[in-house]
Amino acid sequence: MEYKPTILAFLCNWCSYTGADLAGTSRLKYVPNVRVIRVMCSGRVETTFVLKAFREGADAVLICGCHPGDCHYHEGNYKCLRRYLLLQKYIQQMGIHPDRLRLEWVSASEGNIFARLIDEMTETVAKLGPCEVRKTMETIM
Amino acid sequence: MENKPKLKVAAYWGAACGGCSVSMLDVHEKLFDILALADFVFWPIILDTKYHDVEEMPDEHIDVTLFNGAVRNSENEEMAKLLRKKSKILVAYGSCAHMGGIPGLANFFSKEEIFKRVYLENESTFNPDGTVPQPVCEVPEGKLEIPVFYNDVLTLNQVVDVDYYLPGCPPQTERFLEVFMAIATGAELPPKGSVVGARDKSQCDECERKRTDNKLVKKFYRPWEIYDDGESCFLEQGVICMGPSTRSGCGVRCIKGNAPCRGCYGPPPDVIDPGAKMMSAIATMIDAKESDDIKKIIEDIVDPTGTFYRFSLPAAILRKKSIYEEKY
Repeated sequence: MEYKPTILAFLCNWCSYTGADLAGTSRLKYVPNVRVIRVMCSGRVETTFVLKAFREGADAVLICGCHPGDCHYHEGNYKCLRRYLLLQKYIQQMGIHPDRLRLEWVSASEGNIFARLIDEMTETVAKLGPCEVRKTMETIM
Repeated sequence: MENKPKLKVAAYWGAACGGCSVSMLDVHEKLFDILALADFVFWPIILDTKYHDVEEMPDEHIDVTLFNGAVRNSENEEMAKLLRKKSKILVAYGSCAHMGGIPGLANFFSKEEIFKRVYLENESTFNPDGTVPQPVCEVPEGKLEIPVFYNDVLTLNQVVDVDYYLPGCPPQTERFLEVFMAIATGAELPPKGSVVGARDKSQCDECERKRTDNKLVKKFYRPWEIYDDGESCFLEQGVICMGPSTRSGCGVRCIKGNAPCRGCYGPPPDVIDPGAKMMSAIATMIDAKESDDIKKIIEDIVDPTGTFYRFSLPAAILRKKSIYEEKY
């Protein structure tokens, strides 16, 4: 069977979740590999959430927030950006490919961009193959 | 009190530096109080009791076992399991038994990498034959066996059931005494699985340094790169201090000694992963909005894992480096 990656996406309530909703209501087609979790702000996404996602078997994690300057809470997306960049450095130290974690800005009107993003990310992650973090953590040697 | 039988206490070390044993010996003259209440039935560092003596004890013969050190090899695991069987209360004593501690940082490497570095590549090692320890080897006199070195460093509770955790690297002797006296005098014990000898609040709660609301920094410094003013919050000066995600109870000793907290007391209650919590906090302190500027500031954090998981890597969500390391 062809390998189908699982992508866990944290979408901010005000822009990206609405954007993803728009993709749905506009009947845009995109691959069904994404599992969405709505958060009030991308700044709510703690590093623990991302690490836990990998630990529980996600092949990739996507965080989407409002474009810089558009955050409903003024600064949340900047906080998210800073965490994301620090996390990137950390996951690379732990032997996880940087492409497995992505941060993108998607506004409420960008349903088409969201659909394309999921297609493209799924393709990238599929090329990387399954993420072995869960297996690593479960194997006691 | 007179006719009460003495408490039987054992202490053992796994993968540890010995500091925990020293912290127990640091009770100084209080040792007499301890010895009045308890007999040490097994403590390899001071007593010549053999493993087979422990094996011959009936189950649950020992009242309290203080196990320090992580589980690194088959001997540690065997003794952890044996002592669990022979003890009524098993205490994970110190950071290594609690969260993996400093030896836990070896989870960055595989067993092969460690052996290669230690026995073959090390600058001060002369080993022309490339001899590497083998668990079993044949000699004319017979078969010799040494413990098997594991690939992973494990915390005590990843191997056996643990009753209490006494954190610290090493635990403060005063805290050890408090806990010991509570057990010895038959005080009511906290529920199983509790962290004892520490408080529930974070280090910051006890810290005496001056704090403001402005936590934003433009640069992170390693402690030796900056003249500490001795009175304002380390984080506000740009020095990474694990205080916010670390339990208090040590008496903020490091900070009082003008060194930032390194997190040996482990996370406060309800925090699963102190390193991740700290990363979340540290990242939000960065005073920049553009990716490139942020990256430049993050460059100052040379080794995020080693900094944020200094004592807790084996207990973290990602407890070791991926064995299927991805090249890019």
